[in-house]
Amino acid sequence: MIKYAYYPGCSLESTNKAYDISFRAIMYHLGIAMKDIDDWNCCGATAYISVSENMAFTVSARNLAIAEKSGATDVIAPCAACYLTLRKAHEYMMEYPEIYAQVNSALNKIGLSYEGTIKVKSPLEVIIDDVGLDKVRIAVTNPLKGLKVACYYGCQLVRPRHVFDDPEEPVKFEELMKTIGADPVYFPFRVRCCGSSTILTYEQQALRMSKNVLLSAKREGADIIATACPLCQINLDAYQRRIEKEFKIKLNMPVVFFSQLVGLALNYKYKEMALDKSIVSPKKVLEPYLHSQEEVKEGK
Amino acid sequence: MSREDEKNSINMLEEGIYISPKFEKDLLPEFELSREFFEEIYSMPGGEKVKECIQCGTCSGSCPSSYLMDHSPRQIFAMIRAGMRKEVLESNTMWYCTSCYYCYVRCPAGIKITDVMYALKRFALKDKDMKVPDNRPVRFMECFSAMVKRYGRNCEAIFTILYYLSTNPFRMLKHAVMGIKLFIRGRMPLIPKKIKGADDVKKLMEYVEEMER
Repeated sequence: MIKYAYYPGCSLESTNKAYDISFRAIMYHLGIAMKDIDDWNCCGATAYISVSENMAFTVSARNLAIAEKSGATDVIAPCAACYLTLRKAHEYMMEYPEIYAQVNSALNKIGLSYEGTIKVKSPLEVIIDDVGLDKVRIAVTNPLKGLKVACYYGCQLVRPRHVFDDPEEPVKFEELMKTIGADPVYFPFRVRCCGSSTILTYEQQALRMSKNVLLSAKREGADIIATACPLCQINLDAYQRRIEKEFKIKLNMPVVFFSQLVGLALNYKYKEMALDKSIVSPKKVLEPYLHSQEEVKEGK
Repeated sequence: MSREDEKNSINMLEEGIYISPKFEKDLLPEFELSREFFEEIYSMPGGEKVKECIQCGTCSGSCPSSYLMDHSPRQIFAMIRAGMRKEVLESNTMWYCTSCYYCYVRCPAGIKITDVMYALKRFALKDKDMKVPDNRPVRFMECFSAMVKRYGRNCEAIFTILYYLSTNPFRMLKHAVMGIKLFIRGRMPLIPKKIKGADDVKKLMEYVEEMER
C-alpha cells in the first residue's frame, strides 16, 4: 500500500504547473511512491473560512476522507495554502468534538466519513524529515556550487504551529539547499508575507509587501529566490515587472520552486524542470550548471 | 472649563468616576455597547482566549498591514471587550488581514488572532445591518465559491476574469500583458476542468449552508 497520498491543489494544475512537474520528478528520482487523491476538490483556501467555518472544514475534509479511504496515512500538499487549510481542518476536527460531528454528518450525506488518521505534510517536510538529507546528498550528481539561493519560506509553511520548523527562525530549507551544493543566503524577509491573495483585492499593499521581500533578497546578494509556495511565486515573479515600474527600482530576480533547483542538482534538464515557465528567466543565473549537462550530452 | 463643568466633574468624582469633559464627547452611550458581541466571540472555538488579551500591542507591531487599518489589531481586541460591535464590524481591519499568522505565533496570551479576524469577517457578512467598508474582498469570496460550486476546483484564469468583471473591468487591462505572458508559458489554461464529484461538493456546500441558516 502506498503511504503517501498526493494533493496537488488548484494552482499546481494551472499557474504553477512547474512545481507539480518538478516535484513529481524528484519524488520519483528519490524512490518515493505517491498516489494522487482520487477526484480531489479545492481546499477552499482562505476564502471559505471567512464565510463559514463549517463550510471550510467540510470541503477540506472531503479530500482527507478520500485519502483515508484509499489507505494512505500521509497527505502531501505542495501548495502552502492547501497545506495549512487541510491541516487546520484536521486539527480543528480533532480538538473540537462538535466540529468533528458536524463535518462528519455532512460527509455522510455523500457516503464518506473521516476518522482522523491522516497527517498532512509539506514537500519540504517529506524530503527533509522522511527521506532524509543523506539520501538526497547521495543522489546529487550536478551540485549547484556557488549558486547564492535566498530561501523564501513565506507564511503558511512555518506558521501558525511549530510543526515543521521554527515559525520565525526556520533553518531546514537552507539545509536542503546546502545539501544540493548551493550557497544559501540569509535575508531578513524570508518568513515575511508576500501579500498573498490581497494582490487581487488591495493591490498596492500586496505589491509593497512583495517589493520588500525581493529587495531584501537582492540586498543580501542573492542570485535567485527559491520558494515552496505557489502564491509567493506568482506574486514575486509575475508581478515583478509591475513592482519595478511602480517603485522605480531594478530587480531582475528570478523566482523558482525549491523542487526545480533540487531537480537540476539531480541532473534533470532545464526544460524537464519547467524552468522556462518563469516570467523572469533564471537561464542566465543557472547557465554554469546547464553547461556541464551539455558537455555530458556531447561526450556521448 | 466652565464653573458648571467643574462642578459636574467634582460630583462625578464623588461617585467614584471621573471623566474629563474634554473626552466626554468620545464616549459611547451605554445602549450602543453590546455585551452579546463579546459573548459571540468568546463562544467560538478558541475564542475564550480573547479575555486574556493584555493589550501589549505585539500583534499591531507584527502586522504587515496595520498601517492601513482603521483600528490596529490591539485596538480591535479592546473594542471587542468593550462591546463596540458596530465600530468593530464596520472597520476595515479584518479585511486587510493577509493570514500571515505573525501575530498568532507571537501573541503572549495565546489568542488565535487570525482566526478571530476570520470570525469578524463572518459576523460582518452575516449581519445585514453592518456596512462592509469595501466590497472587493466580498466579491473575491463570492467568485471563488461560485467556481468551486460549479467545477469542484478553482480555475485561476476564469476566477480572476470573473473577479475583475464584477469589480472593475478596467483594471483587467493593466494586467493584460502579464496574462498573455503567463498564457504563452502555458500557465493560464482557460478551460476549467470539472471533477467527477462536483455534484458531491455542491451537495456538501448546500448542506452546510442549509444547516447554518
